[in-house]
Amino acid sequence: MVNERKKKEKKMMSSEKVLQVNNLKISFRTYGGEVEAVRGVDFDLYKGETLAIVGESGCGKSVTSNAIMGLIPQPPGIIKNGSILFKEKDLTKLSKTQLRKIQGVDISMIFQDPMTALNPTLTIGEQLTEGLRTHKKIGKKEAKEKAIDMLKLVGIPNPEERLKQFPHQFSGGMRQRIVIAIALICEPQVLIADEPTTALDVTIQAQILELFEEIQLKKGISIILITHDLGVVAKIADRIAVMYAGKIVEIGDKREIFYTPEHPYTKGLLNSVPRLDLMEEELQPIDGTPPDLFSPPKGCPFTARCDYAMEVCDYAYPFSTKISETHEVDCWLQDERANVLQAQNKIG
Amino acid sequence: MAKYILKRFIMMIATILIISTLTFVLMHSIPGSPFDEERTSNPTIQANLEKFYKLDEPMHVQYLYYLKSIVTFDFGPSIKKPNESVNELLARGFPISFELGMVTILVALLSGTILGTLAALRHNGIIDYLAMTFAVVGISVPNFVLATLLIQQVAVTWELLPAATWSSPLHMILPILALATGPTAIIARLTRSSMLEVLTQDYIKMANAKGLSPIRIVIRHALRNALMPVVTIMGTMLAGILTGTFVIEKIFAIPGMGKYFVESINNRDYPVIMGSTVFYSAFLVFMLFLVDIVYGFLDPRIKLHRKEGDA
Amino acid sequence: MTNTQNLVSPQAIKDEWFRPKQKEQGRAESVVRPSLSYWKDAWRRLRKNKLAMGGLVFLVLLMLFAIFGPIFSPYSVTATDYPSQNQAPSATHWFGTDEAGRDVFTRTWYGARISLFVGIMAALIDFFIGIIYGGVSGYKGGRTDTVMMRVVEVLYGLPHLLVVILLMVVMGASLTTIIVALTVTGWVGMARIVRGQVLQIKTYEFVTASKSFGAKTSRIIRKNLLPNTMGPIIVQMTLTVPSAIFAEAFLSFLGLGVAAPFASWGVMANDALPVILSGHWWRLFFPALFISLTMFAFNVLGDGLQDALDPKLRR
Repeated sequence: MVNERKKKEKKMMSSEKVLQVNNLKISFRTYGGEVEAVRGVDFDLYKGETLAIVGESGCGKSVTSNAIMGLIPQPPGIIKNGSILFKEKDLTKLSKTQLRKIQGVDISMIFQDPMTALNPTLTIGEQLTEGLRTHKKIGKKEAKEKAIDMLKLVGIPNPEERLKQFPHQFSGGMRQRIVIAIALICEPQVLIADEPTTALDVTIQAQILELFEEIQLKKGISIILITHDLGVVAKIADRIAVMYAGKIVEIGDKREIFYTPEHPYTKGLLNSVPRLDLMEEELQPIDGTPPDLFSPPKGCPFTARCDYAMEVCDYAYPFSTKISETHEVDCWLQDERANVLQAQNKIG
Repeated sequence: MAKYILKRFIMMIATILIISTLTFVLMHSIPGSPFDEERTSNPTIQANLEKFYKLDEPMHVQYLYYLKSIVTFDFGPSIKKPNESVNELLARGFPISFELGMVTILVALLSGTILGTLAALRHNGIIDYLAMTFAVVGISVPNFVLATLLIQQVAVTWELLPAATWSSPLHMILPILALATGPTAIIARLTRSSMLEVLTQDYIKMANAKGLSPIRIVIRHALRNALMPVVTIMGTMLAGILTGTFVIEKIFAIPGMGKYFVESINNRDYPVIMGSTVFYSAFLVFMLFLVDIVYGFLDPRIKLHRKEGDA
Repeated sequence: MTNTQNLVSPQAIKDEWFRPKQKEQGRAESVVRPSLSYWKDAWRRLRKNKLAMGGLVFLVLLMLFAIFGPIFSPYSVTATDYPSQNQAPSATHWFGTDEAGRDVFTRTWYGARISLFVGIMAALIDFFIGIIYGGVSGYKGGRTDTVMMRVVEVLYGLPHLLVVILLMVVMGASLTTIIVALTVTGWVGMARIVRGQVLQIKTYEFVTASKSFGAKTSRIIRKNLLPNTMGPIIVQMTLTVPSAIFAEAFLSFLGLGVAAPFASWGVMANDALPVILSGHWWRLFFPALFISLTMFAFNVLGDGLQDALDPKLRR
């Protein structure tokens, strides 16, 4: 079923897959027991696209992105199953040394808080060039020129002077630009942005998002955007994956997810965000909290909070249903046997 | 930076002034004055004392002369040893004490940071447990206890190393071991906890995401930040090592300034106590001043804080 | 989007399962962990720390022995008994005797009294001065705070043990002067901590919040302020005790301790120094052992308390 979907997607979009995540499962051993943080996630990332992974905190989106980046500390983390394919290599099977040839070179990452992501005791220049000099074996002068180019690209004035300065001499927005420059300096194919604008002021958020779009146009990189902010998603994502309790419950094009969401959780997410075009409607928060991942439920994890829950939802996790070539959802409501019920409840 | 150094410098002068004044007041509050003829049995010494402390002048004049003598690095005569001044004792003893102290600090800093870093990198591993056991024992055993135990076991029972004096590098091992264990333990503990904290920071995660080697990450990114707290306790540590030299020199019969100082305490040679206290304090406060400047260089946030906010 | 978790085959899904599920009220929100009071929670965590509990047990035993040991001992602390001088540990003299024939076992417990008394008194006096000075400084704020803290800053920069030595030389060695000398320099650290805590409390939103709910002042202090301020202060006190014990022993070792024939551990160790070369190891071993064990116990207890009392680390 899944393979069929993937084949079709590829044909339809006729673009190259940069990264394939297959049935990834990650757990963490803690004092309280084993937490199943990611419970079987798979998706493909196409060249030049922006895939947004959205969900509440603790849904496993950051763990997934850290796994792609090779940043899961083992122990306590355990990659229990699945693969992350990049350039025909399974990143989960590589040794640390092999991984380091990919980290920062082919795949790089932007962190949430620019105030803590930069080392306070090293100059911007050192932090920009060290990855370049480690991986590309180029001289100091060349690296410096490259660094200046990068700072220009991300819109930092007086780059030559700025290279000698320390992080505390920059504002939050400027620091995030520097973090982006560091992530891009080795010209990676995949950029993972973990909540890149959450810690920033709203006006600066917009600037940073524009910078992302601009860079993507210029460099043709693929971006995985991890966020809980649907406003950010609406602005720059091409496709959206909705994660809940360690699983992707719905994935589709931006329009599909925003205009024809199928999963009750996706609908709930969209209803809990204020929208200018639907002023008269009240905001509807999703009641309840996500399940405890120490002992995840056997069935659909959203059942306890779902307005349309059926008995079957407790017994088994739903099969994937393809809505369109690009749109897929895991929900029992898609089963024809639930149609009767749906009609009764007037789902809107 | 200049402003920062100036502020620290003024602080240093103020501290030295206070300790000098305190010494003066305390010494003059001893019933019957420490410089009475009854205490000195020798007319030469009495003459020296009267000359140095201007004992025939009123108190405030004495105080001013005393301050002047400190500024000119003249710490006065001894009561017990005729024709010998504190300066001469210092010239003889201090280089040895300084050597003992400095080697101890180097040993403690080096072994403490290495131990602490290894413990943090192997958090909850065997090295971690061993290092932390050593640390908590090292902090709990006073240096004079350790010194005497070392003499008894290593020098007397096993006859491995010489028990006393400062005549060869071999003689230095036991005193340095006794004096450095406590500071090493403190530094190891502090390095470990601050290293553990630093290792969870985003910039370490970012360095990992850059694909840098673990060695580079620890040395270039983590260590410098992890050592900041260690630098801030250097002052207390120096004071501890300095006072530690008193007992260590006494136990190992090392002819340093500490030994003279303890002698002067035991036979109530007040001028020597006064002179060495002021000298030691000035020395310590100066070292603290140096430590502060080093800290300023280590942490760029202190260096250029005036330029902040121009981004 | 795979169904690896779904172990059920499509055929096993029964039609009748597609019925609306009865809503279970509040199931998703049930809280598993019972809420414990701050002190109970701290005690629970301290009890889990075996090392810290070991330290606590040792200290309690030490105090009992310090109080009752000399009373039940058949030997006098001070009376000399030259015929039985310099005996090695035996059934009659468990820790041996010194050069005046005094029982080292009895003297060790007597020394424990002095060491513990010095340590605990120093910590208590530091606590009172520190609470008042730091409390006023932090509470008043502004210029008062600046001036008071400048004073503290300068005092903090003084080399403490040197000042203590100076004071002892001037005042003469006795138990009282040791405590006075140690507290004259020691309160500064406590004052800094208290001030920091007070400043922090002033910023806490929950204080304002509880006030606006009309909570009683005593309740605010008990429920909010104490747990959030006492932690670091208790830890500081616990760690003051071993450093005072160390300082007392150190001073005794310099010849500035309590006068003979009474003995603190430091005095006993100092007296033993000339005789270790003649093989009388017990003279040094027992006081040294107890100084080290006591400092160890207080240090591990302090560490344990730090972990147990810090609400920020609460998991």
